[in-house]
Amino acid sequence: MPILTVEKLTKSFGGLTAVSNVNMEINEGELLGLIGPNGAGKTTLFNLLTGVYVPTTGKIVFRTKKGEESIQGLRPYKICGKGIARTFQNIRLFKNLTVLDNVRIAMHKDIQYGIFSSFVHGLRYNKEEKKIVEESIKLLEILGLDKKKEELANNLPYGEQRHLEIARALATNPSLLLLDEPAAGMNPAETTELISLIRHIREEFNLTILLIEHDMSLVMQTCERIYVLDYGKIIANGTPEQIKSDKRVIEAYLGEDVNNA
Amino acid sequence: MREMKSIFKASNVVKLVFIVLTYLLVQFLINIGIITDYYQTTLATICINIILAVSLNLVTGFTGQFSLGHAGFMAIGAYACAIITLKNPTYAGFIQGVAAGAILSAIVGVAVGLPTLRLRGDYLAIATLGMAEIIRIIFTNLKITNGAAGLQGIPRFINWTWLFVFTAATLIIISNFIKSSHGRACIAIREDEIAAEAMGINTTKYKVAAFVIGAFFAGVAGALYASYFYFLKPNIFNFAKSVDILVIVVLGGMGSLTGSVLGAAILALISTFLQRFSEVRMIIYSLILIIIMLFRPQGIMGSRELSLSLFKRAASKIEPKVGKERS
Repeated sequence: MPILTVEKLTKSFGGLTAVSNVNMEINEGELLGLIGPNGAGKTTLFNLLTGVYVPTTGKIVFRTKKGEESIQGLRPYKICGKGIARTFQNIRLFKNLTVLDNVRIAMHKDIQYGIFSSFVHGLRYNKEEKKIVEESIKLLEILGLDKKKEELANNLPYGEQRHLEIARALATNPSLLLLDEPAAGMNPAETTELISLIRHIREEFNLTILLIEHDMSLVMQTCERIYVLDYGKIIANGTPEQIKSDKRVIEAYLGEDVNNA
Repeated sequence: MREMKSIFKASNVVKLVFIVLTYLLVQFLINIGIITDYYQTTLATICINIILAVSLNLVTGFTGQFSLGHAGFMAIGAYACAIITLKNPTYAGFIQGVAAGAILSAIVGVAVGLPTLRLRGDYLAIATLGMAEIIRIIFTNLKITNGAAGLQGIPRFINWTWLFVFTAATLIIISNFIKSSHGRACIAIREDEIAAEAMGINTTKYKVAAFVIGAFFAGVAGALYASYFYFLKPNIFNFAKSVDILVIVVLGGMGSLTGSVLGAAILALISTFLQRFSEVRMIIYSLILIIIMLFRPQGIMGSRELSLSLFKRAASKIEPKVGKERS
């Protein structure tokens, strides 16, 4: 059953069509890869899915508990509220805040007390704040960051910042998680650890995951299905074996542009 | 967890004791005549400036939205309170005046904030700059505000006790707000607006909320000003006044409430002591500002708060074994 359906999605910036007529279907529980050469439109596609950009034409349908909803053109916080969370390619943590605060902020949408009751810190405030601290620490434990909860995000090593981005995305309680180059800048050992982490959180939180990645070993090892994007168009879609042997993919990506592989 | 909770409670008690002691100490100094009438004016300025700075800090320091029109909101509060207390010179009238000033200010805050804060960037600075000027010019031309000559003989209903209660209440409310999930949402906007929105925060809502809360308390400060200083004219609330408030915030530290309190107190005291040297007063004042900013470009407190845990941390730094990284 598809959790996300993308129909004829197009995004043009002036004369440049960054994403052109893309059709995708993501099934519940899948771990999908999205690959393509630099500038193929992968991050633009993420930005369309998460509401950072409004599509020029096309439709994005997301299935929530309440049923299927068109989400194209909604503001990012609304899309996040429906259960799509993301990380950023160029890490966008709240750098001057602690690790714990980074995660707590992402739990904001589930807060019940209003602005006026935040002025006086009533019983409900105490109860809810206690709950989100506990939940945040649980998440940080899973990502191996609980001992650093009072550190500033900025002071974490690079790999841990990537982990914190994932923790923060999970704190929004998503059903679909979009990871934008989670292994960028990681060494092979860290990448291996990341692969098992991604598998673990998928089981633990019952997630559907779509990830953009340049690290081919990661993509081929973890993803069950792969979409290949080139010049804004989906040129192939299939299992890692199918993708490896697809002629157009080799031409557009693996063969022609060796540096990215 | 339990340990953390007990620290919270202890710090709350310390805060309460500190608040009460501050009040009693100043009241005592007034009673025995060390704080004369002359210095009481400084005291009132400090309290009003604390309210102004803390409310602007919420907008600029915590939410990261640059506002240049805080004096405009102050003017609305001041004139509303003055007009109402002149018509109804009773405590009830004064309370009505403060409430009316604060609420009117907040309404203008919504009207200015909604269209400009939907956008990302520095539109707010330009819009608030214009708004404050428009408000000042409206008050210069209205009959009810007596034009450029201003209002005189506004009955004074407040003393140190009133000023203290309003200042403490403002500090507690804004500090509570910042320590809530809603406050953290505002801080997240300052840190990274795109990430905040992606994490489910309605950035427009929280930018407007912070701005309106800021406007509300600036209105309160204006009302207190009117009631304490008897006299109002539109020129008090010019662009320079907005800059004065911003200077307190920047000097105290953007994103530090205790910094704003210190900033307001230090600047008012410097300004009072320099009155004796009236010819060179502004030169020395400016020099002091420049020197402070050279040595503490992040402001006196940076984005930290003065608190018990800060002292504890400082104490633990003295111990040689601790080599924790600092930002």
